[in-house]
Amino acid sequence: MSVLVFVENHNGKIKKSGFEAVYFGSLLAKNMGVSCHALTYGQNPDAGTLGKYGANEVHVAAYNGDFDTQVYTAMVSEAAQKLGAKAVVLAHTANGKSFAGGVAVKLNAGIVTGVNAVPVVDNGLIVQKSVFSGKAIAHYKITTDVAVMTLAGNSMQPVVTGSDVTPQNIELNLPAAKIRVIEKKTSEGIVPLPEAELVVSAGRGLKGPENWSIIEELAKALQATTACSRPVADTGWRPHHEHVGQTGVAIKPNLYIAIGISGAIQHLAGVNNSKTIVVINKDPEAPFFKAADYGVVGDLFDIIPKLTKAVESFKSHQ
Amino acid sequence: MNILVCVSKTPDTTSKISFSGDGKEYNGDGVTFIMNPYDEWYALVKAIELVEQHGGNVTTITVGDASNDIIIRKALAIGANDAIRVDAKATDSNEAAFQIVEVAKQKNYDLILLGKETIDYNGSVLGSLVAAQMDLPYISYGTKLETSDNGVYTVTREIEGGEEVCEVAGPLVISAAKGMAEQRIPNMKGIMMSKSKPLVVVPPAAYDSKVSVVSFELPVQKKGVKMIDPENMDELVRLLHEEAKVI
Ligand SMILES: Cc1cc2nc3c(=O)[nH]c(=O)nc-3n(C[C@H](O)[C@H](O)[C@H](O)COP(=O)(O)OP(=O)(O)OC[C@H]3O[C@@H](n4cnc5c(N)ncnc54)[C@H](O)[C@@H]3O)c2cc1C
Ligand SMILES: Nc1ncnc2c1ncn2[C@@H]1O[C@H](COP(=O)(O)O)[C@@H](O)[C@H]1O
Repeated sequence: MSVLVFVENHNGKIKKSGFEAVYFGSLLAKNMGVSCHALTYGQNPDAGTLGKYGANEVHVAAYNGDFDTQVYTAMVSEAAQKLGAKAVVLAHTANGKSFAGGVAVKLNAGIVTGVNAVPVVDNGLIVQKSVFSGKAIAHYKITTDVAVMTLAGNSMQPVVTGSDVTPQNIELNLPAAKIRVIEKKTSEGIVPLPEAELVVSAGRGLKGPENWSIIEELAKALQATTACSRPVADTGWRPHHEHVGQTGVAIKPNLYIAIGISGAIQHLAGVNNSKTIVVINKDPEAPFFKAADYGVVGDLFDIIPKLTKAVESFKSHQ
Repeated sequence: MNILVCVSKTPDTTSKISFSGDGKEYNGDGVTFIMNPYDEWYALVKAIELVEQHGGNVTTITVGDASNDIIIRKALAIGANDAIRVDAKATDSNEAAFQIVEVAKQKNYDLILLGKETIDYNGSVLGSLVAAQMDLPYISYGTKLETSDNGVYTVTREIEGGEEVCEVAGPLVISAAKGMAEQRIPNMKGIMMSKSKPLVVVPPAAYDSKVSVVSFELPVQKKGVKMIDPENMDELVRLLHEEAKVI
């Protein structure tokens, strides 16, 4: 019996969400008294390092094709059957979310997505997740023989507990892909918003797109990813994939700095799971201060350059 | 084209969240419910647009009790042709998906559209459950969708840090995200017509529960905000480093 963790391969690299999932899987495996197996695919030179984060064995499937939900579903559910998995863990990423349900169907398993703490084992698995856009916490019990879950990003910091293992090939019978990817566009270099640990975000208080450089300079000093409120994306100052909130991306970084954003409930819905929130606003009555850990009242056009300088000076002394 | 659109109800975002005394059930008393925005603005409107272009029929499906009828009538007012409601109290996505499949497999739909996520339980899982049970391809977080009359669909989907354009032959299941369509406000004629459009209520099929609710709780309140002197940004950086330990 085992816990099986699926790890995405991003052009031969494993992202932080993959290490988080393996570390989570190893803690769950310990609670269940079983071993932890990781599954990845294609050319993945870093596969062996998953052992460091708690995988007892690492399996590599021979698949190098496009992302196709049915192929991935077959890959993970077949491996789960072969390896006697009682629990299957995937990262709560765009791809993970797209086929986790498929794996559950194939394994006749109950599924809970967006789990954010290690489950309690009690005649089934009791899992925890954030619901109502961060306004409440739910505990569910998965009662089926096999359980499938996706792990919310930044829910835990992966810790090195073991050492590299030698990956082994796993033979699987995969169907032909029906979905053909004809184009793929990703912005290189910057950490995508859903994965970012540090986020600098700005709203209508910036007055216009021409002022965005002060936000970018602060983000650069912190090595943070930038985000914005919805009106900013709607008016085309910033691209839509940067818009956070109920109708945009929901994020959970370690640090969220909100600059010139009022803190409307729909905005908070996407960011109130952040670990630490800093709010900079000239209006001391701005609702965002209620959700903040640190607040600065004043004109952002004065404050941001000063903050950037302070960050740069801190970094240069480290 | 025959399109099935999954629509669900959700509390209005501004409403206060509370639970029954034993923490087992969400308390919807006095709460205004709306159609889940992704279902309404993107999935439903896209379905209507496709039928306007290619002909066909838009059917909505909802798993839930009669309190859903308000949002179903709104979907009909926006332009869906007819509606089905499975009269079950779906406690989770596993069950809602099962009930939807029971209905969907009785008819050959060309396309099943749904929202990318419900804003209450934030599952983002129903589409993959429905597609797998029906053995159909599934594309999530569609931001653009086009089709010609040959049954091939071109879909742009959000991925981490970018987007991907895919091509696939139907029938299939697609979840809709922002960009897919523009919100439509029902007009007077739509509202009048919605009253006479068919809303069929069907009993649920027998379902073995896979996931049960243990309890809900409210998160612990933040301790309160610490105000920093705007002239002293070094202090903010120090606190972020030493106290919050995030930089
Ligand atoms: C159904 C629905 C869904 C929505 N979804 C989202 C969503 O996903 N994400 C989202 O963000 N919004 C969403 N909204 C919109 C939301 O309600 C707010 O309107 C929006 O978040 C406000 O954006 P803002 O804070 O940038 O602008 P404003 O509310 O205009 O706030 C600007 C802030 O900047 C401050 N400011 C101005 N000048 C300065 C200065 N010089 N220095 C310092 N501070 C300054 C002001 O005091 C003010 O607090 C949604 C709304 C609805 C109805
Ligand atoms: N009870 C329901 N009835 C009909 N459709 C639903 C129901 N619950 C969820 N859906 C659809 O599935 C999508 C994703 O839901 P979820 O996986 O629960 O986040 C929603 O946007 C709806 O389109």
